[in-house]
Amino acid sequence: MKARSRAPFYSIIIALMLIGLGTAWMRHVTMEIPFFAGEQRPVWLIEARVDFYATGSEVTINLALPQDPPGFRTFTEQAASPGYGWSVIEEGDIRRGEWTKRTASGPQTLYYKAQFVGGLDKEMSAASEAVPAAKPVEWDGPQATASTQLLAQALSTSSNSRSLARELSKLLNDAARDQNASLMLTVEPDKSVLLEKLLNQAGIPARRALGLYLEDARRHQPLTRMVEVYDEGEWVLFNPYTGAQGLPDNVLLWHRGDTALLDVIGGRNSRVGFSMIYQTVPALELAQANDSIFSIIGVHLLPIEEQGMFKLLFLLPLGALVVVFMRVIVGLKTSGTFMPILIAVAFLQTSLYLGLIGFVSVVSFGLVLRTYLSRLNLLLIARIATLVVLVIFIISILSLVGYQMGLNTGMTITFFPMIIIAWTIERMSILWEEEGPREVLIQGGGSLLVAVMAFSLMQLPVVGHLTFNFPEINLVFLALIMLMGQYTGYKISELRRFRAMIDNVTSEKAGDIK
Amino acid sequence: MKWVSPWRLRRMGILGMNCRNRDFIGSYNARHLFPLVDNKLKTKLLAEEFEVATPPLFFVVSEQHEIATIEKKLEGLDGFAIKPAKGSGGKGILVIIGRRGNKFIKSSGVEISIEDIRRHMSNALAGLYSLGGKPDVVIVEDLIQFDDSFEGYSYEGVPDIRIIVFKGYPVMAMLRLATRASDGKANLHQGAVGVGLDIATGCALRAVQFSQPVTHHPDTKRPLSEIQIANWRDMLLLASRCFEMTGLGYIGTDIVLDRTRGAQLLELNARPGLSIQVANGRGLLPRLRHIESLKPRAHRTPEQRVDYVMKTFTADGM
Repeated sequence: MKARSRAPFYSIIIALMLIGLGTAWMRHVTMEIPFFAGEQRPVWLIEARVDFYATGSEVTINLALPQDPPGFRTFTEQAASPGYGWSVIEEGDIRRGEWTKRTASGPQTLYYKAQFVGGLDKEMSAASEAVPAAKPVEWDGPQATASTQLLAQALSTSSNSRSLARELSKLLNDAARDQNASLMLTVEPDKSVLLEKLLNQAGIPARRALGLYLEDARRHQPLTRMVEVYDEGEWVLFNPYTGAQGLPDNVLLWHRGDTALLDVIGGRNSRVGFSMIYQTVPALELAQANDSIFSIIGVHLLPIEEQGMFKLLFLLPLGALVVVFMRVIVGLKTSGTFMPILIAVAFLQTSLYLGLIGFVSVVSFGLVLRTYLSRLNLLLIARIATLVVLVIFIISILSLVGYQMGLNTGMTITFFPMIIIAWTIERMSILWEEEGPREVLIQGGGSLLVAVMAFSLMQLPVVGHLTFNFPEINLVFLALIMLMGQYTGYKISELRRFRAMIDNVTSEKAGDIK
Repeated sequence: MKWVSPWRLRRMGILGMNCRNRDFIGSYNARHLFPLVDNKLKTKLLAEEFEVATPPLFFVVSEQHEIATIEKKLEGLDGFAIKPAKGSGGKGILVIIGRRGNKFIKSSGVEISIEDIRRHMSNALAGLYSLGGKPDVVIVEDLIQFDDSFEGYSYEGVPDIRIIVFKGYPVMAMLRLATRASDGKANLHQGAVGVGLDIATGCALRAVQFSQPVTHHPDTKRPLSEIQIANWRDMLLLASRCFEMTGLGYIGTDIVLDRTRGAQLLELNARPGLSIQVANGRGLLPRLRHIESLKPRAHRTPEQRVDYVMKTFTADGM
């Protein structure tokens, strides 16, 4: 009957630990929930400021907004513009913000603010739809010839779309540019537009893009015009002014495609400027903004009130672990097995010293009253109920007195579990009668000691953070508790308990030998 | 602060509480059998069924309203013991040894009124002394007239003999003597004297009070080494038969020696304490492991088992 294999048990323990730690790790990696409270992550706060002069009629301002910029993730966004209606309109890949107002006149300023987390994978999102076609390009007589020659020149020194784009921008940026390039630039001075047109002329799909160079604490920055070339199923970015290929780390692609950055109806002299600062936000906030299948496990989706409840709930297993350890391994006597956990939770609300003073005074008051009750010879249930009512009175009076004395914190005594305290008083009173005050002190002191230990663990910010954000950590606690349930060794208290006996026996033996 | 190393305890074969709970109580005591010993009424009825000697039951009080008319039931009873059926650790036991006028005399000599008895019973019925505060019943049973051989060995209270029975084999025994310090109670941690008894002979081996060796009873000053239990084998037999009676593998039997009726089973305990090891000055583990190593059904009857342990567990041997 004893030969039962321990293997299943230990595999459960290992599985619990692995699941607990594994899920925590996965959530840390995929959701970026930090392991430590108060961890900070840098973000870019970018503010787009639109200035225009309203003409006095209906105003509609339409600003292109970044849509999943490669290498970045939008964390928060908001628009600040008193008196204007604001909404974000999403049409396919294009995302635009629209301010509207029935009448406006004079200079107007609108703000759009967004926080971006940088340093992510730069996957240039492939055009999800069909392969885009090159747009037809028409030039007037001389330009047509010049552009054809320019293209022929670039084509001869390139092998594919990317190298063609590189060669073209090299030709346009060459200090000693040839006639064709100079001619084209006089007609179309914007190199990005020219590059895009030339590429389209060559039958290569290309589009314009606007990037923002990120530099800390810059103000009134313009967007930089860039060109995206469609090649082998993805858009490749080129800087027409340098010929550089690819997206630099410090560039945020604000707008992509041929639509205008800003459409203004009912205004004139409009312009957009960008300001940016590099700031830090708590990493935890970033994590919550992240959608992931793992977020289902978390409790962040619940209303704040329920979250607070869970915060306490997820701390209880740790308290249970402490109780099991203190009773099984150390062998401390407590009054009421898990009463210390509830007391520790109450301490979390009241702060330690106030909690200790409150608890001891409530229990001692209760014990005094209970001695009188025992003379009244009440039935047990009625007596406990009387104690519950009395405890409520004691707690109310104490907290009111505390409040009158200007201790607002006095009110928190009401967090004590009153029913549990009533039972504690009852048990201690009986213990007093049967075993004397010494045993009451031992058990009461043991309970308080365990409660204080559980409290000092629970109040650690890192513990609260871990148990709340990684509830699966509690599986590890569970495994540890189960493991201690298998402990058949001696309790530390037994090392003292049997000490006298061992001494006696050995001294007797020594006496025999003499 | 003095400690003893766990390895030393292990060498001595001391049974620790965790080991007792898991390897013996948890492994050999089926949960559904616990009520048989946790409820003294059930134990008593079972004992009567198996013809295990036990103090006669006068009556049972199971409802609060019966307490109002309790005097009638107590009429004609001079000495009796009131026990909550589910009381543990001797809690709630009230022993009345006689009357003086309207008053009842407790074993400590204190006089109490019928009202005190009523209150005590009412508390017991409400579950004050039971585990978890569950409602309880009260049994009133005959008083033990303890044997003259114990004269002068106990202060108030009845000396009782605790025998640990493992799988039907008595493995260790001690005599518990109440003292003034223990307030007439027989619990070692309350100050009773524990006298380790040789399983083979029933002779005193050594005695302790508060874990310290003593040679004489602290109140009566009688030398404890002279103790030898009469009819020792019968006592072991009585203890051994409790295994068949309850089916529990690891129990503590509390037996008293009555002047006229002989050995009487007082109560059973499914979680017997560990201090018996202190009284005997030796650990339980070697004997328990030895019993575990025996072939199943090596000894079928209580007689065979008792003969085996009287031969094996001698003072000098195992």
